[in-house]
Amino acid sequence: MSIALGAVTIPPGNALRIILGKLPWFGAAGDWPSYFETILFDLRLPHAILVALTGMALAGSGASFQGLFRNPLADPFLIGIASGAGLGAIIVMSIPQVGRFLIPLGAFLGGLITIGAVYRLAKVGKIVPLTTLILAGVAVGSFTSALTSFLMLISDEMILQAMSFLLGGSTVTGWEPLVIALPYFLVGLLLLVLGGHSLNVLQFGEEQAQQLGLHVERVKIFIIISASLTTAAAVSFSGVIGFVGLVVPHIIRMVWGGDYKRLIPLSILGGGVTLLLSDILARTVMAPSYLPVGIVTSIIGAPFFLWILRRAKREVFW
Amino acid sequence: MVNQNIDPPVLQICSLYANYGDVIALKDINLDVQRGEIVGLIGPNGAGKTTLIKVLSGVMNVSAGEVLINQKGISTYSPSQRARAIAVVPQARQLGGAFSVEQAVLLGRTAYLGFLGKPAKEDLLKTAWAMEKTGVDTLADRKLAEISGGEQQRVLLARALAQDTPALLLDEPTNHLDLRYQVNLLKLIKKLVKEEGLSVLMAMHDLNQVSGIADRVMLLANGQMMALGSPKEVLTPENIRNAYQTEIETFTHPKTNKHMIFPAE
Repeated sequence: MSIALGAVTIPPGNALRIILGKLPWFGAAGDWPSYFETILFDLRLPHAILVALTGMALAGSGASFQGLFRNPLADPFLIGIASGAGLGAIIVMSIPQVGRFLIPLGAFLGGLITIGAVYRLAKVGKIVPLTTLILAGVAVGSFTSALTSFLMLISDEMILQAMSFLLGGSTVTGWEPLVIALPYFLVGLLLLVLGGHSLNVLQFGEEQAQQLGLHVERVKIFIIISASLTTAAAVSFSGVIGFVGLVVPHIIRMVWGGDYKRLIPLSILGGGVTLLLSDILARTVMAPSYLPVGIVTSIIGAPFFLWILRRAKREVFW
Repeated sequence: MVNQNIDPPVLQICSLYANYGDVIALKDINLDVQRGEIVGLIGPNGAGKTTLIKVLSGVMNVSAGEVLINQKGISTYSPSQRARAIAVVPQARQLGGAFSVEQAVLLGRTAYLGFLGKPAKEDLLKTAWAMEKTGVDTLADRKLAEISGGEQQRVLLARALAQDTPALLLDEPTNHLDLRYQVNLLKLIKKLVKEEGLSVLMAMHDLNQVSGIADRVMLLANGQMMALGSPKEVLTPENIRNAYQTEIETFTHPKTNKHMIFPAE
């Protein structure tokens, strides 16, 4: 579906047959224009894969942050990591004569520096209480967002590119960026899934988790690094896309419960599907022009999130 | 001369000190707890009961002194090593409602599970055993949020039993429970301790309940030990006056022969 729809419509049946045709044992030939294949393979397919990976990364890291903070409102944006990654990307963009392939690196570094700063700020003695972590995250996040806006204002030429990026542009096309992105996503997602059991133990609170034998400080660092890695990957390759990391784990939790060994893999799957669907909407609602997918997720996600909040008052699903 | 018939104490607290910043929270605490013995920990609010439990369970650092489990110092233990030596039963409140009873009890095996938390047969057997011992096996699939406070407290007891430790710490386990659940829980604890030969330190508020269940009582005030001995030796009008600034009278329960107290004002 996702690869079929777009500025040039390829019938879904044809799209499927083109894909299958690439597999050696099918060898199907069809009556479609040859540019269908080009559009499909060089533009749509890598785009769809990147969109799916982004959704997976955002929902997976959202679920992990929620488990870490034992707060259903936690989200990659809450602890400032997404804004920090955005700032890193914008800084790289604003330096002339720098290839756009360095943008991911900038975002990743920006994210890591942000989380390092947040972690240090939040540290009280030997431990990092979650309340100070969230407060520091909000403060540092606001600061990096302000810097990002400032950078955008002083460099006119890049404002459009940067705007589209920050709104969740997913403008990256072709296979090359995907190949660069893939290791970030796969490693990050794998680490998130592995952290499920530790997050379960943490649900009893840090004190009880430690009394049960969990190395709480180590686990917190592990979760923060893996969730930050996936968030930075998502932000650097697809821009800042909101609400996927918040809404998808919520729905999964309401339906399948709060066991993080299941919640994280299911959120990852759900996040991929959700962002693919949002992306189809973004590309079709105002076709042939292309809407940043971040606008779609926010327009749909924000009211949905408010509705969840209303429900949460009456029902215990946490 | 070594007496072969007397086992060394399971839990030994030797000249233990702990601080909150510059404030001394615990001062020179000494206690030996034998196998199968329940020591009741009493004292007014802020006396250091919860602090002592935090220090023993590794949540708070020791500033001086040593804690021994089966004659091994545990100050250098990792969290998982410590969790195989001492289990804690916290007060049942703010329990994450998303877990089933069985999942919650299985998490008592955290110190034995790997990073991925995949239970071995031994872990499942211990979990089933702990649930049966505490009578929550019939609730195995219920969510924690759906069961009563008394049942939640028994789940936490089961979780601590699943930890399979020689020493058990309980932090005011009867708080927030109504009388029926309080009585049932204390009976259950007493039975389990004797059956399994656990060494127990239990912080409590209700002095008559302490007298009913504890073999010995430690009275804390301002982070210091004021008295240690049998309930009758510790729960005297003089000790209680010094610690709680409250006048009491004592008497012997006509049916159980337990030492009881009553406010005299």
